[in-house]
Amino acid sequence: MSLFYSTLKYLVVTLWSIFVIAPFLWALTTSFKDFQSVTNGATYIPWVDFEPTLDGWRSLFKSPAQGGVAIVEPFFNSVIVTAAGSGISIILGTLAAYSLSRFTFRVGPIRNGDITFFFISQRIMPPVVLSIPFFIMLGKLGLLDTLFGLILVYVVLLMPIAVWIMVDFFNKVPIEIDETALIDGCNPYQAFFKVVLPNSVPGIIVAGMFCMIFGWTDFFFAFILTFTEVQLLPVAIVALNSSITPWWSLSAAALVSVAPLVVVAFIVERYLSKGNLSGALK
Amino acid sequence: MTLIASNLSIKSEKNYHLNDVSFTMSKGEIYTIIGRTLAGKTTLLKTIAGLISPDSGGLAFDGHDFGSIPVWKREIAMVYQQFINYPHLTVYQNVAFPLKQRGIQKTEIHRRVKAALSQVGLGGFGDRKIQALSGGQQQRVALARSLVKEAKIVLLDEPLVNLDYKLREQLREEFRGIFDTKASEDSILIYSSTDPVEAMQLGGQILVMDEGRILQQASAKEIYENPISAKVSQITNDPAMNLFDGRIEDGCIVLSPEIKFNLPSHFNGLPQGDFTFGLRAAAISLDDNGFPFSVELSEISGSETFLHVRHEGLKIVGLLNLVQNFPVGGKVSIRFDTKHLYAFARDGRLKSSPYGGLQ
Repeated sequence: MSLFYSTLKYLVVTLWSIFVIAPFLWALTTSFKDFQSVTNGATYIPWVDFEPTLDGWRSLFKSPAQGGVAIVEPFFNSVIVTAAGSGISIILGTLAAYSLSRFTFRVGPIRNGDITFFFISQRIMPPVVLSIPFFIMLGKLGLLDTLFGLILVYVVLLMPIAVWIMVDFFNKVPIEIDETALIDGCNPYQAFFKVVLPNSVPGIIVAGMFCMIFGWTDFFFAFILTFTEVQLLPVAIVALNSSITPWWSLSAAALVSVAPLVVVAFIVERYLSKGNLSGALK
Repeated sequence: MTLIASNLSIKSEKNYHLNDVSFTMSKGEIYTIIGRTLAGKTTLLKTIAGLISPDSGGLAFDGHDFGSIPVWKREIAMVYQQFINYPHLTVYQNVAFPLKQRGIQKTEIHRRVKAALSQVGLGGFGDRKIQALSGGQQQRVALARSLVKEAKIVLLDEPLVNLDYKLREQLREEFRGIFDTKASEDSILIYSSTDPVEAMQLGGQILVMDEGRILQQASAKEIYENPISAKVSQITNDPAMNLFDGRIEDGCIVLSPEIKFNLPSHFNGLPQGDFTFGLRAAAISLDDNGFPFSVELSEISGSETFLHVRHEGLKIVGLLNLVQNFPVGGKVSIRFDTKHLYAFARDGRLKSSPYGGLQ
């Protein structure tokens, strides 16, 4: 019986792994193909099934006039918008979450839990509902098709994620740590920056990673709120999928777009599974 | 140097956390606040620390209004029942933290941290991370951090409660020596506990708390001998003092139609009427000529046995100086050592104690 379940377990895990890895494998092999290899049908083993070439990867760094696909600028635009949006969201979100975790707010029937929900609730709405007011507001402010406008929108979109994760994190940090810092001579700001914040690094990293994932992979708002001046990576990649699709360049660009998240995920992986508060309150 | 609390009250929507609490504490003394869970001990300590503001009443320290001084400027130290340390710092950095906050010179910090660590038995542990320590060691770090400040008031909120029995016993012994030294250094040491044995062992002054009130403040000996009320007698005894309703009638104490015994001499001044009588578990013994009881439970604890017995509505717990398993439902003969009997009025006030309290 246990052999059956063990076999079944491995079978499911293997199938799932194939399901997850297959698109990457497809993109990876395609990125090393040329027009001839791509049109020859599905082939996966270089030097056996097809002759690998770096044309797809080289095209990423060439301008369209030179036969390239021009994703360098969109890549850095995405880096700027994601980093700034995530960074600002984490800073504001962490401060908001700390307040919601530690202080009692009462406005009529509204309590801390309601305020936390207000933050999160705007993520419940379909993006298309938000896109219209965003479009109108950015238009009136003259911020459509600008990096700054996108950063503002991303802060609005990402901060709820930061607040949500950090409120939960701070609620698990014993308030006695803050109190001990006060007793040990810190004023409330010092207690936050010298004691609470250093011990919240795991939570901040996790929240930051989620913000980065959501920011980096967003296509909808990047598509709606930009035209010609500013282009983000997901939009630039999708734009490659035209009447004559350069699959090798598109695949290389897709892998480039995934690479930062893979790197970040490996770096912060250990924080996803465990916190760092085991010595605070045993 | 005195800490004076005047009519401190803190009320939530339904309950009092502190209810008209007043006391005076002087330097060089250990004060133990004893009370059951939710009695208000931690609230009182946090109020003294300045972490909670009272709704009414005030605190004065050394003649100055303590309420106007923020927490971080008060000369206090506090150890929590949870092992609260700074996980991102090493043991040395943890202990040095309050001194750094005060801007004390590095050499002086080094000297004091080393002394504090060695005082709590963590001499070679300075470079360790907090997470690498056992629970007992973590609490030692917290204690060292409170000692190193040389604070005028040291608050210890059930610091041993989360440790296992053996370690608790060991640390209690060690801490007692440290506390005595600390108290003799012109500090006021305030220790809260739910454990009567711990409170009695620490000696000093005891404040008995219940439902946010201080029921009695006196020396450990006085509290033991003359608990001011039945409630105090229960809180300050482990197991709680046996309390049973009865009457004084014709020179006898009548607990039930079958259980009657002669009035002990220290009750001679009491009038006839209804009382609540109290007897510590240790004053209950087995005797062939005693009263018939049936066994509800027997628990062996070390070299003693807690025997829970019942006679109709009368339930008592005896602490027997022997190790024996009694079958549940079995019959035993119980003797009451009436020399140690207390009498409380039905409203709980002490009327007579074997040690001469009231009449």
